[in-house]
Amino acid sequence: MSSIEAKDLTRKFGQLIAVDHVNFHVESGEVFGLLGPNGAGKTTLIRMLCTLLRPTEGTARVAGFDIRKQPSQVREHIGLVTEKIILYDRLTAEENLFLFGRLNHLPEQTIKERADRLLRLLKMEEWRKHQGGTFSTGMKQRINIARALITQPSILFLDEPTLGLDPQTTRAIHEFIRELSGQGMTIILTTHIMSEADELSKKIGIIDRGRIVSLDTPAGLKKAGTDNSTTVLNIDIANLTERLITELKNLACVKSLMQEETYRVRLQANGEGAVDRIIDTIRANNGQIRSVSTVEPTLEDVFLNLTGHEIRDEATEKIPSARGHGPHLRQGAKRVR
Amino acid sequence: MLKHIKQTVIDSYRLGYKDILDFTRDRMMLIAFIIMPLFMMVMMGYIFPSQSALKDIPLGVVNQDTGLIGNTIVESLSQMKLDEGQQNPFHLTTVSSVDSAIEQIKGQQLSGALIIPENFTATIASGQQETVTIIVDQSNPQLSSTLTTLLDKILGSMSTDVGVQQVAKLLPQSPNPVALVKPFTIQTQGIVPGEPNYFQFMAPGIMAMVVMLSVMTGLAASIAREREDGTLDGILVSPINRLSIILGKAFSQIARGLLQAAIILGLATLLFGVVIHGNLLLVVLLLILGVFSFVGVGVLISALATRQETAMTIMMTLQFPMLFLSGVLFPVQQMPEWIQAISKAVPLTYATQALRQVMTLGVGISEVIGQIIILVGFGIVTLAIAIPAFQRVVGK
Repeated sequence: MSSIEAKDLTRKFGQLIAVDHVNFHVESGEVFGLLGPNGAGKTTLIRMLCTLLRPTEGTARVAGFDIRKQPSQVREHIGLVTEKIILYDRLTAEENLFLFGRLNHLPEQTIKERADRLLRLLKMEEWRKHQGGTFSTGMKQRINIARALITQPSILFLDEPTLGLDPQTTRAIHEFIRELSGQGMTIILTTHIMSEADELSKKIGIIDRGRIVSLDTPAGLKKAGTDNSTTVLNIDIANLTERLITELKNLACVKSLMQEETYRVRLQANGEGAVDRIIDTIRANNGQIRSVSTVEPTLEDVFLNLTGHEIRDEATEKIPSARGHGPHLRQGAKRVR
Repeated sequence: MLKHIKQTVIDSYRLGYKDILDFTRDRMMLIAFIIMPLFMMVMMGYIFPSQSALKDIPLGVVNQDTGLIGNTIVESLSQMKLDEGQQNPFHLTTVSSVDSAIEQIKGQQLSGALIIPENFTATIASGQQETVTIIVDQSNPQLSSTLTTLLDKILGSMSTDVGVQQVAKLLPQSPNPVALVKPFTIQTQGIVPGEPNYFQFMAPGIMAMVVMLSVMTGLAASIAREREDGTLDGILVSPINRLSIILGKAFSQIARGLLQAAIILGLATLLFGVVIHGNLLLVVLLLILGVFSFVGVGVLISALATRQETAMTIMMTLQFPMLFLSGVLFPVQQMPEWIQAISKAVPLTYATQALRQVMTLGVGISEVIGQIIILVGFGIVTLAIAIPAFQRVVGK
């Protein structure tokens, strides 16, 4: 059974097409990762699925309901965690949970039971009577997740849930996502962190410039993105220069190249004798090779292959209001041209 | 349908209650909340001159007369008291010449001067009319007009006294010389019992202004803040009627406004001697209607402004002219025609008018029904524009 089915889902902001005829479906109980750089259209897509934004074209069914025609029913089945934490600073952890429980028209007793359980699961029990404003970002995000789960939604949307969090909280949230998924909840996770998507998702949709450019399991993506004739190499060169990088990029057998450190390049070599040609080129330019190693392809390589640019070349540094509609658009607009 | 309405009301209450909790837990906010109207009352109440506050106005006297009447005038001015128990409004300084008096006024040592010409007594005794001159400093119009009014009144009555004596001398058998000199007198009778002070005029206006403006600002700012923080998304993904978001905000803001009004009323009656002559319930009703008339404007602004800062700036722009146009501080009747016309488009004008009538004049609801209709009408019209605008902006 499909939890989500998007059909030609499109959203335009003026001239800019933020989400461009997106089609995909998510099975019940699946963790679906939406991977893409900032400004790719992830948040716009999520906001449409959550009925916070009206599609310009196309539609989607969420939990069996049409997001255009039955927004209220959709809302009854979803939970939303955005990177902007939804939490009232002057209400206590508990009051926050109760408020949103009540706004979802749950009986008091049910809210109480669920709040107790969620606070326990998220290790926030002792903070239940404390006001949100006194919490660290990590604690706030835990309460934020508890808030989204108070309704026991069948579908949970997590929009960059670990952005700006410390590694410990990030790990705890990852574990919690796995646990929820184990209980059969459908989870839509957007992220620009490859490893996060790789680790958690059963299926990944790679989104770039408003389009889903590829959709498969993490393993499938890696396999398809880097076929058998392709080798991913890490080459350390003591005297790496710009010129050398350009020379390497110009080789027909080099599919893509990224500079990882001042001395390291990561490249995808394609075809027979490719490695030989690469090493010859480095030698011819007096490059001193320290080491060459073949590595397992990652989603990063897949992304590079599919889109021709790194996921990190969009500023992954967070611009505070870059979500939603502001600079986010301008960023995208620049790339449309 | 009925169930739907009930649910919307309950949801509105919950959202409003959340805001009230939020507000009451902000200690600084609460303090400012009480101090603001207090400041307002003190400022508005004391910056405007009242006669009782006048004392020690430095007045120069150039007495070129050597006779009795000139001396009597100077003498009585130096012992002048406007009311029992009050101080002399003037501080008299004898100045030798008119030029020197003008010099001293320019030098700000004197606020004005009184010139009694040579042979003043003799001329009057010979049956001719004489003139005293008041020199004023027009660069301070407020003070110079007060001075003129005051001296006019004092000297006028002295002139009458002298006239009465003259008549008495000429017509010894006259039964009532006063009636000949001053055939009629003037008296003022107010409609407000007791002695209303300036606060009595100010209090209803300040109350209307503080409450309505803070509600309008609070509403726009708090919706904009929730949009900015992202908490509005949390509310919007709940299966609630979106109208309850507006109703909830209005509810919390009205509660806040009424609390503030209560503080102002308390301060006004306890500290500033304001007496409420009308029905207190009617006062509360007018305040609620006043707030209602502004809810639509507040919502509209929050629909236009995506950021709290923008909302605040728009509010400030609207508030300032409204303050002066609504007759809170100055009577609208004193303003030019075109300003009076604009003033009629500001709902605060009607709320202020009605509150003043009820609080000070003690009129009943039938006397202010016109204002009530205007307030409600303004509220409905603005809401009819604002609600669709808001719904279009949030999420669509």
